[in-house]
Amino acid sequence: MKRLAQKVEFCTACQLCEDLCSKTYFKEENREKSSIRIEIGEKGGSSIIACTQCGVCMEICPAQAIYQDKNGIIRIKKELCVGCFACVGFCPEGAMFQHHEYLEPFKCVACGICTKQCPTGAIFIEEVS
Amino acid sequence: MSVEKLKEKHRLLAQFQYIPGKVEKGYANRTLYVNLSENRIAEKPVSQEMKEKFIGGRGFGLKLLWDGVTGNTKWDDPENEIIIAPGPIAGITQYPGAGKSYVVSLSPLTHTVIDSNVGGYFGSLLKFSGFDALEIQGKAEQDVIVFIDGVNGTVAIEEASQAVVNSHILVEQLTEMYAANEEDKVNVSVVSTGAAAEHTLIGMLNFSFYDKRRKAVRIKQAGRGGIGTVFRNKKIKALVVRGPRIKGDLNHPADKTLLDKAGIKLHKEIATLDNSQNKMRIGGTTYLTKIMNDYDILPVNNFKFGSHPAANNIASDAFIKYFNLTGHDGCWYGCTLSCAKAINAFELKTGPYKGQKVLVDGPEYETVAGVGSVCGIFDPEYIIENNFYCDTYGIDTISFGTIMAFLMECYENGIINKEITGGLELNFGNGEAAMEVLHQMARGEGFGKIAGLGVRRLKKLFVEEYGADPAFLEDIGMEVKGLEYSIYLPKESLAQQGGYGLTNKGPQHDEAWLIFMDMVNNQIPTFEDKAEALHYFPMFRTWFSLNGLCKLPWNDIVPANNRTTAEPAKIPEHVQNYVDLFNGVTGMNITKEDLITQSERVYNFQRVFNLRMGFGTREHDQVPYRSMGPVTVEEYESRQERYDKQLKEKVGFDPEGKTTEEKIAVLRKYREDQYQKLCDAVYKRRGWTENAVPKLETLERLGMDFPEVVEVVKKYL
Repeated sequence: MKRLAQKVEFCTACQLCEDLCSKTYFKEENREKSSIRIEIGEKGGSSIIACTQCGVCMEICPAQAIYQDKNGIIRIKKELCVGCFACVGFCPEGAMFQHHEYLEPFKCVACGICTKQCPTGAIFIEEVS
Repeated sequence: MSVEKLKEKHRLLAQFQYIPGKVEKGYANRTLYVNLSENRIAEKPVSQEMKEKFIGGRGFGLKLLWDGVTGNTKWDDPENEIIIAPGPIAGITQYPGAGKSYVVSLSPLTHTVIDSNVGGYFGSLLKFSGFDALEIQGKAEQDVIVFIDGVNGTVAIEEASQAVVNSHILVEQLTEMYAANEEDKVNVSVVSTGAAAEHTLIGMLNFSFYDKRRKAVRIKQAGRGGIGTVFRNKKIKALVVRGPRIKGDLNHPADKTLLDKAGIKLHKEIATLDNSQNKMRIGGTTYLTKIMNDYDILPVNNFKFGSHPAANNIASDAFIKYFNLTGHDGCWYGCTLSCAKAINAFELKTGPYKGQKVLVDGPEYETVAGVGSVCGIFDPEYIIENNFYCDTYGIDTISFGTIMAFLMECYENGIINKEITGGLELNFGNGEAAMEVLHQMARGEGFGKIAGLGVRRLKKLFVEEYGADPAFLEDIGMEVKGLEYSIYLPKESLAQQGGYGLTNKGPQHDEAWLIFMDMVNNQIPTFEDKAEALHYFPMFRTWFSLNGLCKLPWNDIVPANNRTTAEPAKIPEHVQNYVDLFNGVTGMNITKEDLITQSERVYNFQRVFNLRMGFGTREHDQVPYRSMGPVTVEEYESRQERYDKQLKEKVGFDPEGKTTEEKIAVLRKYREDQYQKLCDAVYKRRGWTENAVPKLETLERLGMDFPEVVEVVKKYL
């Protein structure tokens, strides 16, 4: 299966990935609506938060609205989602996101759009078995 | 018979059409009225005043019942009602524990108003179908089902004499029958009871929800006070609601961000801390058994003792091995505390379903200790089996346990014997005999039918028929106001004696649980401290019942820094969450102090309701001595060191060289006097007279001085 991977030491925290993500899925540049988040630490280093497709959210969902597709990507069936955000609270990576304008949470589906324009190659799509 | 054939046999008696409409800021702004005597269905508007004064849930139930009955109404009169109401916050999916329904009726046990809370989807689906409450009055001629279709906007009364009565079968059949398809099953919820509710006064109600993972219908219980008995007395077989598909904004909250924020914060807390706190996600409330045993407050042998060496046999591990799929056992969406555990494919050893493999909901702590330790039974498989049959027969496990324990003590004291019990040897620990009593309750025969009268009536019967010593039975019969005790031993906590005795409905821990604050942590040493706690906590907990909330996510999980806050017992951060939830849903702007005032209004109204029904004064707040101290020599001597020390240090009485009987008498006088002082302090704090009657100035301050309320109170002033 494929997933978004990272070499955090290359990240310059330009945050281009956040803009690309929110623009692609929510038609606006707004990091609060991005499924990848760059957190800038106090000492200047940054961390990259995005779904690792581990599936914990799938287990926690009371509506069984989260499933793994044939490519191994964890996806949300919006029509089944009841908007409890249990998945947001229980995601071990903090990579399930929520925005007050929407009833359902959102997450990285490893589409790779952000990786193609990352100037340093800090994020990329990898295949894992 | 197939589900289709069963459905064909339902005969339509009345139908009502309505426009489902939209919930606004937590309210549907109307209630549904069903009269089974007249086959009449109507809707009633909800006024602004009703929302301000009664909020919802239990408050709406009390208001509707007050209007529907008189001071002379008996529980089995047609004019008695059953009201089910969720509350304005109910149905939000973002915050754990937000799917509770509250049921109100006149109780066959207490003969006054009772309220009981329950999970499952019914209340929320009812509201999203367009009603803040369902009010049922009258009695049907034949067994009926009331079906509320919130998708198409119809309510129907259907005759359903052929339908089974026991819940585990009925809820499956009706879910199948009324859901449009497999996907729709989650939008259907059934309220039902069982065969034993017809033959006892301790019948309860099951509220269902469809468990998608287990592909089975689950049930949660409105256990207390015999409302299931009222249900069958009205010849109701079931209430069914089919609501719309659930989304996160069906309440149309004023500010959803407040709900999102509070909810996600609590989900994170549970995700990171539950494992190091109570492990509710793994074992539900069964974790309590060991704690109670360790602190000597696990009722054993009819509340004689607080612990037992065999209690480990029924500690959480004994049940966790039976639980499966434990990660998502919420009784409403979004409850990540996940306490509604279930056991799959449990093979029954007794009764009409012997040999069948069934799904068992629970057991929870109250059931473990209620049908287990308090009867001296420490066998997990007995507890599971008893839990199953109580549920499907519609019996409250708490009352069942406390009644059986009372009977066992009577049996061991020769007050009743094998001739009276029909051959049953009701010694403590005899699970086989207790199971048979339960099956008899369902069949409506033998000693089970007598046991189903409840402790208060059994005391009277044993005195009148078998010449029992009334004083002894008053001491050991664990009931107040006619309701059996729930399962905590309050002997060593004066505040908890009040927590049980100074309640509106009877000794149920959902008003106040102060044992740790009082006995273990010594945080409320003076009478004033205890009175303050017996004001604040009952009011705070009442608030859950007005809003459709569960108490557990308030203090069965606490923030990591809670201990360092000014008032750890209140869980200040969680109180703020509740303020945010209320404001977020309703668009109001209440403070944490307003929250208490909201409860005070309804709590005082309920006290006046008791007065109206002929109860509610000080004499009705008195508790059996077993809940205050050692009644027997056996009890005293089992904790002699503790009691001797107290006599010396607190009473100023030297126990040296005194007989146990002398020491019991002195300790009793002291403890009874303490309880009276507690009553005085609490009544004063609550703004009541010495006779436990709300003062006019209290009702005026709260804006609850309605003419008909004042009229009731004036008779007692």
